[in-house]
Amino acid sequence: MDPKQAQLLREIQQLEFVAVELTLFLDTHPGEQEPLNDYNLVTNHLNQLKAHYEKMYGPLAVYGFSPMEYPWRWTDGPWPWETTHY
Amino acid sequence: MWIYEKKLEYPVRVHKTDPRMAKFLTAQYGGPDSELSAAVRYLTQRYTMPTNKAKALLTDIGTEELAHWEIIATMIYQLLKDMTAEQMRREGLGDHFAEHDRAVYPADAAGVPWTAAYIQATGDPVTDLHEDMAAEQKARTTYEHLIRLTDDPGIKDTLRFLREREVVHFQRFGEALDDIQEEMTGKKIF
Ligand SMILES: [Fe+2]
Repeated sequence: MDPKQAQLLREIQQLEFVAVELTLFLDTHPGEQEPLNDYNLVTNHLNQLKAHYEKMYGPLAVYGFSPMEYPWRWTDGPWPWETTHY
Repeated sequence: MWIYEKKLEYPVRVHKTDPRMAKFLTAQYGGPDSELSAAVRYLTQRYTMPTNKAKALLTDIGTEELAHWEIIATMIYQLLKDMTAEQMRREGLGDHFAEHDRAVYPADAAGVPWTAAYIQATGDPVTDLHEDMAAEQKARTTYEHLIRLTDDPGIKDTLRFLREREVVHFQRFGEALDDIQEEMTGKKIF
């Protein structure tokens, strides 16, 4: 995987981790405003990065998650378990 | 419905070939306290939870466990992919090769296949959440054992991330349990 792709993927992983962590926290603290604000902030940034990543390197998800350009690139490798050193 | 994302939740960096470590790591792929047990346990128990908070939490932690299951598989896959039959035999994985070649298979570290007997769903939310909290502690302990079984800094780093997640899950399950018990006794204690 080229270093630029790896760097962008790492940023996506970091932001999505924050989103996962905030999701679990909000599940048991649904009335709290501040973590919800953080969740929205992270979500916006994450969606921007994902859209940029998909434009450059192909889709992160299918099933209608985001529009596709021709040709269908979902079937391109490497798959997550084949990638190392990122 | 689930959506698959073509990326890992956390990076995997395997620096050297170590087939024995692959065998040890299967503890968390198909052992009693594995990520597979965790995912199936939570995604099964959620149906009969009495509160919406608990339904949400079991759904979301169960989903995160599937992502951890993929991380463990990735480490095992990368540790085994370049091994020959002879190397695997020499390193004590001849039994694995005989049945699975270099495939990733849900069995425990001793080769015992995964079974639903590792999990419970009693229909009693207090009982189920106590099981979940115990499961998180058992998974944390297993990760601590696995960290001591390798000197690869990349594998240690990923295992430390997974260990930390078990601590967070334990905390969240405890909060869901308190919430249910407060509701059952009809009084809020703050
Ligand atoms: Fe967990």
